[in-house]
Amino acid sequence: MSPESEVTSRQPIVTVESLNLHYGAAHALKDISLSVARNQVTAFIGPSGCGKSTLLRCLNRMNDLIDSVAISGSIKLDGQEITGNATDVISLRRRVGMVFQQSNPFPKSIYENIVYGLRIAGVKDKALLDETVEKSLKGAAIWDEVKDRLHESALGLSGGQAQRICIARAIATNPEVILMDEPCSALDPLSTLKIEELIDELKEQYTIVIVTHNMQQAARVSDATAFFYLGELIEMGETKKIFTNPEKKQTEDYITGRFG
Amino acid sequence: MERQHISAAFDAELHDLRQRILTMGGLVEVMIADAIKALVERDTPLAERVIAQDHLVNGHEVAIDEKCLELLARRQPAARDLRFITLALKIVTDLERIGDQCANLGKRVREINTEPPLKPYIDIPRMAHWASVMVKESLDAFVRGDDELAIKVCQDDQMVDDLNQQIQRELYTFMLEDPSTISRAMKLTYVSKSLERIADHATNIAEMVIFMVKGKDIRHTIA
Repeated sequence: MSPESEVTSRQPIVTVESLNLHYGAAHALKDISLSVARNQVTAFIGPSGCGKSTLLRCLNRMNDLIDSVAISGSIKLDGQEITGNATDVISLRRRVGMVFQQSNPFPKSIYENIVYGLRIAGVKDKALLDETVEKSLKGAAIWDEVKDRLHESALGLSGGQAQRICIARAIATNPEVILMDEPCSALDPLSTLKIEELIDELKEQYTIVIVTHNMQQAARVSDATAFFYLGELIEMGETKKIFTNPEKKQTEDYITGRFG
Repeated sequence: MERQHISAAFDAELHDLRQRILTMGGLVEVMIADAIKALVERDTPLAERVIAQDHLVNGHEVAIDEKCLELLARRQPAARDLRFITLALKIVTDLERIGDQCANLGKRVREINTEPPLKPYIDIPRMAHWASVMVKESLDAFVRGDDELAIKVCQDDQMVDDLNQQIQRELYTFMLEDPSTISRAMKLTYVSKSLERIADHATNIAEMVIFMVKGKDIRHTIA
């Protein structure tokens, strides 16, 4: 009956063990161990600088792009280690897609935005590309809004639409996990609710990890919540439990706005 | 038809909360009817069943409270959603007390059935019928947001109060004329009083519904 059991008893898709990360001298992630359950939404919350985005970026090796990073410990996707040099990072990022804070549609047509990943992977079959565009845009709940202007620039869309295009682009390569780094922080409240509803639908097919500054958003969209502070994982558990009766005082202070 | 939330899951949770409250209400309605049937038909095992069902009502109260707290924490409800959920929390308290009164009815009936009947029971079943209708209608008003039905429930309470006074007067007459009836008559006054309390709880629910719909608190305004 412990709250953790319901979260962790589900089959994990990502398992992090004793992960430490340094940016130069700064110890950004301190001995993090957690698992992310398949077909669930897991939220990482915590104040700025707590390490939540850093951890998210480890899950598809985005931190490789920073020179001074040193990582130790283990991250497994489907039981397979992804931190080592042997990992094919390009194929990893196809399996672990990402959606960023600022929607970043490419300066191309809506259609080309969606098929970008497939074209890079060498897919030329027009029928398959068409099918992927329709399926991805429908999956991101934006098909009806853009189906008549697929060949217009994606830069003409509103913030909320552009973010859904980015989600469609992320699911076009049929990933297993979708990472979302503050996906709604640049959106108005109604566009935010639409993205949240979309997240709820997407978890049927994908596993979602979301970093958010908005605790209420974590409460609304996630099944499991992990609270980080100063590079440490303070508490992780079922979202209902974290937001009604957390185990740790630090968690309670944070979610009730009593921090510091 | 009420407009849906963007979050389908929130709609589903609110629907589930409504259903749970209706289920709890349905249970106490059956308990009221059974308690009075046990009295009229002198069916003591049925009275025992009513007493035993009180713990089911208590279980519903705990589960609904927990669901409401989860919704408050996770959905940050606003405006009428906020009023609906916070009132659901209060309404289950009234429903739980109705369950307690039903258990009290069962206990009194169990005692009454050990003695010969004092009189044919006419007004008490009428009163129980009205109290039960009030409980049902107060909950219908709650789940539908129907303030007119809620106003009717508040008005019907007068009828139950009048019946209670009439029954009390009649029983006092029995006791004055023949003190050997005092024990039985007193127990019947408790039955009548429990039914009157049940109607009061239904009235509380109805008053809260009016607040939920109109955003205006009418409690303690009618002298």
